Amino acid sequence: MIPALVTLLGFQLGGEVVSRALGLPLPGPVLGMVALVAGFALWPRLAEVVRPVAQGLLGHLSLLFVPAGVGVVAHLPLLAAEGPAIAVALVVSTVLAIAVGALAFAGVARLTGDDEGPRRD
Amino acid sequence: MTDPALIWSYLARGPLLWLTVTLLAYWAGDAAARDAGRHPLVNPVLVAVILLAAVLGATGTPYATYFEGAQFVHFMLGPATVALALPLYMNLGRVRRAALPMLAGLLAGSLTAVVSALAIARALGVEGAVLASLAPKSATAPVAIGISERLGGQPTLTAVLVLLTGIIGAVAATPLLNALGIRDWRARGFATGVAAHGIGTARAFQVHETAGAFAGIGMGLNAVLTALIAPAILRLFL
Repeated sequence: MIPALVTLLGFQLGGEVVSRALGLPLPGPVLGMVALVAGFALWPRLAEVVRPVAQGLLGHLSLLFVPAGVGVVAHLPLLAAEGPAIAVALVVSTVLAIAVGALAFAGVARLTGDDEGPRRD
Repeated sequence: MTDPALIWSYLARGPLLWLTVTLLAYWAGDAAARDAGRHPLVNPVLVAVILLAAVLGATGTPYATYFEGAQFVHFMLGPATVALALPLYMNLGRVRRAALPMLAGLLAGSLTAVVSALAIARALGVEGAVLASLAPKSATAPVAIGISERLGGQPTLTAVLVLLTGIIGAVAATPLLNALGIRDWRARGFATGVAAHGIGTARAFQVHETAGAFAGIGMGLNAVLTALIAPAILRLFL
């Protein structure tokens, strides 16, 4: 567990340092994720080291959003005033984005003959 | 015996109580979701947030005090983002084969998310800092907060809008994609990750492992793209 934690935190730390040093728009953890994929490709054994902790974290990904979500209580007055407009914007744009994104993906997959229907899964 | 009010005033200020309550609320939310057969409307995050908001309201606890304890959970968002490297690596072969569909899905989904949210909010009279807070709402929370700061938005409001977007996406994705007849798990997961970041990804993992892996990739790529396009698109609406 400790080597896995050191790996995850170390790549996040490295990502933060590089992101800030170079003034990149990418946040540290995203950079760390990209670097860790390269790390797995170079040393496949590293994937086995990280696997149990990574799967544990990803299995409870939802939990990690709870503290930020409770921040809704700090914005109740604003949400009461502009709530309906924001709600319509959020619902419509999220539904549209999922639909358009999935249709574009599936459409191009079919065009390029890379259709992967449910049969494989 | 010590006055219970003294014990309360001690606990209410420290991290132990609010960390425990956060885990309890999520446990309750997860149990509720399981009992509902993982029905998308019974989202564990949504249930936990409602429970915690009610507890904070009833006890008169400010959000800042609550966050002192809950920040330990919040902190794990960073390592969890790094951990997404594992499903990405395991699916690297399929990711390479699906490069073109992914590029199409990313551009279409990301642009639709930012442009439609700003256009609708603007048309309904939302302006200024709130609009800037709304622009990056489909990106993952730590990224969206950074973008919002740079655009002159309110980071904590962005955090809430990001969360709401994720819940909407997690609730809507399965029925929406079924209605559209999209059965490719990669397309379903990827679009959900692009539009609804980590909460959508968490939902996708519950539904199917391939969908979850592609949702994680979609989330990561959209974090990059939103940082690049949101400033220019916002300027059109200010």
